[in-house]
Amino acid sequence: MSDTHAQTVPFVRETMLPPVAPPANEAGVVRWLRQNLFSGPLNIALTVLGLVAIYYVLEGIVPWLMRSVWTADTLAQCRQIIAERWGEGATGACWAVIRERWPQFLYGFYPNHLYWRPTLTFVLLFVALAPILFGQVPRQLLWFSLAYPFLAFWLLWGGSIFLPLVAAAGFLFGWLAYGLAARFGTIPAVAAAALVPVLWWLFLAGDVSDDLARLTGRSFPLWLEEVRSDKFGGFVLAVTIGVSGIALSLPLGIVLALGRRSDMFLIKALSVSFIEFIRGVPLITLLFTASLLLNYFLPPGTTFDIILRVIIMVTLFAAAYIAEVIRGGLAALPRGQYEAADALGLDYWKAQRLIILPQALKISIPGIVSTFIGMFKDTTLVVFVGLLDPLKGITDAVRASTDWKGIYWEPYIFVGLIFFAFNFAMSRYSMHLERRLKTDHR
Amino acid sequence: MANVADAPKDSFRLSMLLYDTRYRSLTIQVFVFFLFMAGAAWLVDNTMRNLEALGKDFDFGFLWNRAGYDISQRLVEYTNDSTHGRAMLVGLLNTLLIALLGCMAATVIGVLVGVLRLSRNWIVGRLMTVYVEVFRNVPLLLWILLIYAVFSEATPAPNAFRPNPETGIADRSMFLDAIAVTNRYTALPNPVFSRELGWLDLGLFYVNMDVLAVIGAVIAGWFINRAVKARATRIQEATGERPATWWSSLLLLAGLPVAVLLALGFHLEFPELRGFNFVGGLNVSNSFMALWLALSLYTGAFIAEIVRAGILAISRGQSEAAFALGLRPGRTMNLVILPQALRVIIPPLISQYLNLTKNSSLAIAVGYLDLRGTLGGITLNQTGRELECVLLMMLIYLAISLVISAVMNVYNSAVKLKER
Repeated sequence: MSDTHAQTVPFVRETMLPPVAPPANEAGVVRWLRQNLFSGPLNIALTVLGLVAIYYVLEGIVPWLMRSVWTADTLAQCRQIIAERWGEGATGACWAVIRERWPQFLYGFYPNHLYWRPTLTFVLLFVALAPILFGQVPRQLLWFSLAYPFLAFWLLWGGSIFLPLVAAAGFLFGWLAYGLAARFGTIPAVAAAALVPVLWWLFLAGDVSDDLARLTGRSFPLWLEEVRSDKFGGFVLAVTIGVSGIALSLPLGIVLALGRRSDMFLIKALSVSFIEFIRGVPLITLLFTASLLLNYFLPPGTTFDIILRVIIMVTLFAAAYIAEVIRGGLAALPRGQYEAADALGLDYWKAQRLIILPQALKISIPGIVSTFIGMFKDTTLVVFVGLLDPLKGITDAVRASTDWKGIYWEPYIFVGLIFFAFNFAMSRYSMHLERRLKTDHR
Repeated sequence: MANVADAPKDSFRLSMLLYDTRYRSLTIQVFVFFLFMAGAAWLVDNTMRNLEALGKDFDFGFLWNRAGYDISQRLVEYTNDSTHGRAMLVGLLNTLLIALLGCMAATVIGVLVGVLRLSRNWIVGRLMTVYVEVFRNVPLLLWILLIYAVFSEATPAPNAFRPNPETGIADRSMFLDAIAVTNRYTALPNPVFSRELGWLDLGLFYVNMDVLAVIGAVIAGWFINRAVKARATRIQEATGERPATWWSSLLLLAGLPVAVLLALGFHLEFPELRGFNFVGGLNVSNSFMALWLALSLYTGAFIAEIVRAGILAISRGQSEAAFALGLRPGRTMNLVILPQALRVIIPPLISQYLNLTKNSSLAIAVGYLDLRGTLGGITLNQTGRELECVLLMMLIYLAISLVISAVMNVYNSAVKLKER
């Protein structure tokens, strides 16, 4: 072949051509632009529309942001400064309101000299979360995570340290009772572990903690200045409700999901009706129940804290949604996993704990985290039962003062940015967790 | 040799109730049943004692008393002389209206954004990502309040649309001479029929016969069109030739309703500035507009993600296989891609519709009187019947949710994968 070719063609190249750079419009920025922005008439139209939209948004916001005022005492003063610097009729952002009132947005009406307590609680939250969220942290820190709820309660609400300690003792007694009753069999042990703490909390705990508190007096290491719930507000309130709700709703949601898939008719019926009822009504009506109706449902004369009531309702609400998410995860597991657990001779709880739930929860992570994000956003609804949430409660309180009457955008932007940061971080963490727990090779 | 049949027959012992798996579940259920009944009895007993102590009773008779408050936006006849029950109905219809309009707008926004987010255009893709992330990660309440603030603070008073007597030029001009956004309401053209067919009495409220006629025409057109297409399919299967149906489809789906509209003398009444206000058009309150926009944009962001996930869930092989079979792109979309994508999209879409409906109870933040604002707001405060009002409100919301999910589940079972 090559011979004939050599005879018919006058010239044959014998060396390789050196590689030539691609044409200018097929390389670098130009190529990227051509591929991503101007590949066809529709694409060009979309690009132009997108640019126009960006221009309109920026045209409205950038000059407003550029003319920011950071130091002023009132909104009127702010506007005066803007008018002086950029001429009459110019509009600008007045961040002075954030500079002056940021403690209220963060802490509500928590006493000024006690700001260190919520701050410390918040910092410790991350220490307590670290061993749960990240695998590299030493396991011993989990003991701190267990103690954290009681510590946080004491730091936030103050009072005698013995109240949370006595409450925690109930769990300890339950654990001891389980250990002592274990030699009589599993069922007496479980019954003892459930009964002893309940009896302790109902009949003894109150008196014991009161007596201990009286004995030790109101000195610093054992007693902190009390802060009533109506002083809570801003992000302290939102994070308190959000984190408690998240921590409590996950176990409850798992129990509800297992209940819904149970073979026992009554358990299943109760779980289904609870889940469907909660999912069928808006959170606001449940919060209303907490603030208006709980007094009807409890024995006459009982009063308990409004924040606690809201936490209970938010927990029940989120638990129903989480139960549905986890039910999806349970349904997605192949039947073989259940059958394998049975074949190994595992009983129901061991099968759930060792085989079913670890896989089902892994599948449900995105759904669970988005439920958490939804719940954290929903903490703003507590404003409708008279609590000072950062969004409407506090901004209304700030606007109620004559100094800042009529300021709208800056507080909303500030609060929105903080919510965005929290929720965005949560969603990114869930993506990280999905990658970390991924065991298939795709 | 001993075999299974000879195994010692246990006589029933009490401990078997706990340790024998055949009876254990029964024991647990009986135990839970008694626990549940005891808890319910405790709650009912507490409630009765509390009601007695407060000197109240459990009675829904207040629904037939005079309400005595006004509701500015109403779909049915209502004055402050009407009953609380009537106010509840007005609130319920307002909830349903915002939910219906919100679901429609959210679906349009969601599908558009979901598709655009997948587009290869870098700018548009990024813009849509920003939109979705920003709206999903910030509380809905903030969007409602922010959009309401935009409407009430950043828009001009109706007066600004009045031409200056000297120059004849107004500060603001109406959009297309038809829409004026003011700081109190948005003035829109009002659709009216010049040929009134009268009102149909449904007992609780009246329904405009003209509207019914148009809806009837749309539904009739749709059904006849289906019959025509079915006939075309039959002919195609018998002869191999499919008769053209596009012109009859066009006539039935678009022509018939338009013909009915024209026959009834449908036209738009444009708003006009008279005195201090716009008259003649439809003045939609800013609370409604803010709530509607916020709900649609917020839920739209969630729907966009659902649509995107649904489209991504269909592997490329499906469209390639359809092309290999010689299907045109339109039919590939209709017959191969959409049926599979809808299967993934519909169930989460249902729960977004439900969320939107439930979230519409945030109307209280901007003073739009929906069910929560009438029955759970003013009526509750005026009559002091918390128990009845909140329970009734919960039941109504529950009923709405169950109806929506039932309807959407019927649709879902129609499009879902038909398995063996």
